[in-house]
Amino acid sequence: MERAMAVQAARRWQGWLEERLGWDRVRMFLAHKEVPVHSGTAWYYFGGITLFLFGIQVATGILLLLYYRPTATEAYESVQFILTRVEFGWLIRSIHSWSANLMVLTAFIHMFSVAFLRGWRRPRELTWLSGILLLGLTLAFGFSGYLLPWNTTAYFATKVGTDLVGSVPLAGPALARFLRGGDEVTGATLTRFFGFHVAVLPALTTALLGLHLALVQRFGISTPPWLESRGDVPQMPFVPNFLLRELMAWYLALGVLGMLAALFPWPLGEKADPFAPAPAGIRPEWYFLAAFYTLKLLPSHIWVLESEQAGLIGLGLLALWWAALPFWGVRPDGHERTRLLTGTGVLLIAWLSTFSVLGYFK
Amino acid sequence: MPDNSRRALNFLLGSGIIASLASFLYPVAKFLRPPRVPEAPVNEVRVPGASQITPNTARIVKFGTRPVLLIRVNETKWRAFGATCTHLNCTVQYRSESQQIWCACHNGFYDLNGRVVSGPPPRPLDEFVVRARGDEVVIARRS
Repeated sequence: MERAMAVQAARRWQGWLEERLGWDRVRMFLAHKEVPVHSGTAWYYFGGITLFLFGIQVATGILLLLYYRPTATEAYESVQFILTRVEFGWLIRSIHSWSANLMVLTAFIHMFSVAFLRGWRRPRELTWLSGILLLGLTLAFGFSGYLLPWNTTAYFATKVGTDLVGSVPLAGPALARFLRGGDEVTGATLTRFFGFHVAVLPALTTALLGLHLALVQRFGISTPPWLESRGDVPQMPFVPNFLLRELMAWYLALGVLGMLAALFPWPLGEKADPFAPAPAGIRPEWYFLAAFYTLKLLPSHIWVLESEQAGLIGLGLLALWWAALPFWGVRPDGHERTRLLTGTGVLLIAWLSTFSVLGYFK
Repeated sequence: MPDNSRRALNFLLGSGIIASLASFLYPVAKFLRPPRVPEAPVNEVRVPGASQITPNTARIVKFGTRPVLLIRVNETKWRAFGATCTHLNCTVQYRSESQQIWCACHNGFYDLNGRVVSGPPPRPLDEFVVRARGDEVVIARRS
């Protein structure tokens, strides 16, 4: 009797919520959502893992905000305070740093897997483009967050990075001044980067991520064309089969993250001193190493351009070419430019990996 | 799968998830608690330039991390009180015209002994000892 009443009450609540929220449509949508099953299905998890790591960044970032102080006189000391005085502060900060790096890595893996599995084909061009922009935002998060502890490596990496922005033709000098909040990297730059890192970039990312995920829902997960043409590709229900597997992947990612953060706590380094010379062996974060090493190899002048200008134009064109993949990947007759795509993708991966390694060791 | 094995598996999975959630939440809860920053205990403070305080005026003096209201009642008589109102922690001020201590937040008044004259404050202000020798004025905690 009591049980029957409880069931009835629960139904009434469900009805009340349903009338106001219309969840039934979402439930119906999820019940019909499917994921293609084939030898490359595992690559589909990387987008979700990147999203999960973004969630970790938001959570640990909010925690760090409770103690961090964004001024040149206090930033380093406040991070030191987090590491030495706040309970588990070292762990939260280490997780934030490691998760940032893993997130860049999984975003790259996600991008290349989508490229090779042809997830960018019509009508998913905007999904691809929003993804590329999200990767750009992720790198901007990395660049702006790197300065926040106000240590020597971060200080000089930001000097070099913003100087490079200054060599962009036409708008460069104004853009560099805007980024630095003046002509030099100072406390004003730190406060600005803090604002970008905790307000501007999260707002942009949230909006773009919303669009990206909405588009993924609208068009579903793409099946590679070579399987599509064969027809009858086996499917797995998104709820619960794929979702539970994805959660397992998140759990695994969390395990790896926890292990890295605990065993290799992220170092803080020395406090930045604007009047000290740059120490030897200074280099940016690993995901900027390939570009950094390429610029290092260029001669001082190429044609009428200075080396940074030429390098930046070259790297910019390469990024544009890659972002435009959906528009050159398929010929007007509908056939794919398989060789061009594979060639570009493989060369890009080869360049990124070898130049990153060379940049690290040389 | 027999019911018992299913139940055992559910129990193991469920307790594993709960245990791992607890292991994530514990450090977060600990992190949220602000660490105690030890302060050197301050027992007395010398007030620089106290001779510039004219009779029937007052000045707020830093006593460790607390503000203390130092009042020069007349040429020789000084009084000092913790400057935080006992009502809701606002910092009080001295009103020369009424020779009272006033809290602007909720209109609380104290007399020159720190006792509540009117308004919402529930307790008198904390009193400090003032030792004045010539130009030198020292405020000390009451023992």
